[in-house]
Amino acid sequence: MSETILSVRGLSARIAGQQVVEDVSFDVPDRGVTALLGRNGVGKTSTVKAILGLIERQGTVEFGGERIDKEPTFTIVQRGVGYVPEDREVFSGLTVAENLRLAERGGAVHRERVAALFPDLEARASQLAGTLSGGQQQMVSLARALLNENRLLLVDEPTKGLAPLIVADVAAALAAAAKLAPILLVEQNLQVVRQLASTVVVLEGGRVIHTGSAQALLDDSDLVTSLLGVHGAKSEADS
Amino acid sequence: MSTIVLLLITGLGLGALYFLVASGLSLIYGLMGILNFAHGSFLTLGAFAGWELARRMGGDSWVTLFASMAAGAAVGAIVAAATEFLLIRRLYNRHIEQVLVTVGLALASVALFDGIWGTDPIYVTGPAWFAETTEILGARVPNDRFVLIAVAVLVLIAMVLFLRLTRYGLIIRAGVENRAMVTALGIDVRKAFTLVFAIGGAAAGLGGVLASHYFGYVSPQLGGSLLIFAFIVTVIGGLGSLTGAAVASVVVAVLQQFANYYLGGTGDLVVVLLLAVVLLVRPSGLVGRLA
Amino acid sequence: MKTVTKRRWLPWAAGGAVVAFAAILPFLNIVVPGVLPGATYTPGTLQLLALSLLFAALALSYNLLFGSAGMLSFGHALYFAMGAYGLGILLQSTDLALVPAMGIILALVIVAAYLIGALSLRVTGISFAMVTLAFAQAGNVLIRRNPGLTGGEEGLRLATANVPDVLVGVINTRNLYWVALALVVVVFVVVTWFEHSRAGHVVAATRENELRVRVIGVRPFVVKLITFVIASALAALVGMVYLLLQSGATPRATSADFTLTILVIVVLGGVGSRWGAVVGGIVYTLLDQRLTAFASSDAVAALPDVLRIPLSEPLFILGTLFILVVLFLPGGIAGIVGRVGDRSRSRAAARDRVEEAS
Repeated sequence: MSETILSVRGLSARIAGQQVVEDVSFDVPDRGVTALLGRNGVGKTSTVKAILGLIERQGTVEFGGERIDKEPTFTIVQRGVGYVPEDREVFSGLTVAENLRLAERGGAVHRERVAALFPDLEARASQLAGTLSGGQQQMVSLARALLNENRLLLVDEPTKGLAPLIVADVAAALAAAAKLAPILLVEQNLQVVRQLASTVVVLEGGRVIHTGSAQALLDDSDLVTSLLGVHGAKSEADS
Repeated sequence: MSTIVLLLITGLGLGALYFLVASGLSLIYGLMGILNFAHGSFLTLGAFAGWELARRMGGDSWVTLFASMAAGAAVGAIVAAATEFLLIRRLYNRHIEQVLVTVGLALASVALFDGIWGTDPIYVTGPAWFAETTEILGARVPNDRFVLIAVAVLVLIAMVLFLRLTRYGLIIRAGVENRAMVTALGIDVRKAFTLVFAIGGAAAGLGGVLASHYFGYVSPQLGGSLLIFAFIVTVIGGLGSLTGAAVASVVVAVLQQFANYYLGGTGDLVVVLLLAVVLLVRPSGLVGRLA
Repeated sequence: MKTVTKRRWLPWAAGGAVVAFAAILPFLNIVVPGVLPGATYTPGTLQLLALSLLFAALALSYNLLFGSAGMLSFGHALYFAMGAYGLGILLQSTDLALVPAMGIILALVIVAAYLIGALSLRVTGISFAMVTLAFAQAGNVLIRRNPGLTGGEEGLRLATANVPDVLVGVINTRNLYWVALALVVVVFVVVTWFEHSRAGHVVAATRENELRVRVIGVRPFVVKLITFVIASALAALVGMVYLLLQSGATPRATSADFTLTILVIVVLGGVGSRWGAVVGGIVYTLLDQRLTAFASSDAVAALPDVLRIPLSEPLFILGTLFILVVLFLPGGIAGIVGRVGDRSRSRAAARDRVEEAS
């Protein structure tokens, strides 16, 4: 058994007074990819945001054995958390180089690592990030997280809305990233989950309803159907 | 022809004043989502600080003028930064309350200025050159206009360079676009909040000293009367856009001068109508984003 | 919003008792030193009380706009001024009797508010605030620049020829006081009725979540416009009574500062609370008046400059008080009472805490 890097206990969160995460508890081991799954709108993205303090939250969150649930977002990130948000959220009015420069947190900055992983970005350094394609923006977003020395990556729907070819690129980049730091991954594409994840956490109605091995879940198509509302085999064929 | 030139340059001078107020308003709104009603008070306080210093230094010299400009900018920056640090920050992310606090500060500070300096205008004099005119294409243009325009251009250039070339400039530009994501990159965006308030306050304080020379007096109402037009400029230019604020400052002020002269003193009305038209045709203002 | 309880009649009964008590004040000899300038039957005190009731009514109309519908307007003073100036101009330039004149002005204000509202509501949030401010500024400029019609900076005097005698002169102050009291009751009832109507519920829902309202098939624009017009018409009514009470109007009533004053009152009372707005209006007016008296008192004059200067400026004290309320008492007066009365789910307080989810 590996150690736990992130421990979430009884986490609840609200957006504009509405409960979006309710009493969620799970652990993220300090290696490999942990996939956070569930139907649309069950609070996966909100859970990630609550861990980071981007939305109002209650409950206990321990990162590397230390409480972070009362801390503001920026100090949580400074502790060594890389965040790749849903919809990429690159700064469209800034150039690619500026987007990356902004993300440099001080300490060891791995520009070569990022340049090696995403050679395309170097060529587009002076291009405005808003003019990039969705796949390229996702690379910028991933690169921002990988520039720094991180102890955990929170990656939210990295393949959303991308063409199949690009999905493969992103998955490859994530596989490389997983060698550097453990990842908590929110992902709808079960093919990608199968490829990367070792553990799964399934949410339903803002609560955890299943945790376990990724392999075991994905091989049981009845379970996939009942937990995720998709037909396991079919979704694999689709993606 | 000479009338047009005079109106144009006077409009540019007034536009320079608008810009010095609106640039800070726009940056603050863009980054923090706060419409700062206390901004006029920063300007007024800068003007009084400049006047108090000039009164003590005497001699209406250029040295006095520059010293009072520096004093106005410094006082504006300090008071603005203190406002952010002591009042605004306590209400993090509660925009309506933040605006309300600036409203209260504006009311209280103008009353305080009334108490300290009285409600009557205090007349100011600059270097002798200020009172003279320069002939351009037949128009006799008061010299203080040129100083106003030059200072505003320098401030614009300085702000643009700051935003383009420094790390804090980068943080501010990114923050205007998506503040939450800036914090999610591990950056303490609150430092940038204090900074934009200080920058905006400095520009307003500087504008206060220049406004006192442009109008020839300083009074507790000085800031409030300019603030409304600066708001209009900020909205027309596109909230959060520095270039938008610059363009809109010039458009609004020049239009105001021409309407006042040719349309029987309707400058204020024309500006208000322009705002209504711009908002209804282009709700995001002339320039959408910080540039 | 829809938590209609069985104890619903209780506040109404209490309100009725308060109104009844307020109605007999002119017959009573109540002295409240430090709060009222004299006994309650004296014209000076009744004048002040009537003015505070008008501010209460105005705050109620603004609360409908800002508290209930969430529309931050910086131009509410415009409609108040339309009422005051419109009625004043009509009375001085025509032979119309008071009531028909008021009817005409009310109709005109409704049309004007409909047109301006329809334009302004094409934008939302801060842009809406700015457009309303701009229209109010235009009104302010028009009034100051046309001294022939409006008295310009000097203000407009009420032409009393066609005003019933019972509403004119110092001896009739108590009649005007009763008119002001009746107005508050009318405005309160109208606002309450509207907030409980279907349109009122929809507009309150719009404040929370515009998208959801769209989903259920209602155009937020229409209900917002209705709210805007009702709030404006009520403000105009208050303006008309203000003209009668003060025997005139000044350009200050059209200024952005005047709207800000109403905003301050609503926030002091507690955003979203109707009786908070009423109490806020009364407290603010009395405080303003008493602070002015206090500022020119010998006690203040004897103080050293550091204390004398701030204390001799009522607006400084009110502004500071306002800042403290915003910082430390979210929910204002209604919020305090709500907490004391252990009604922790005070709507006003809860609403203030709706935080941006960024």
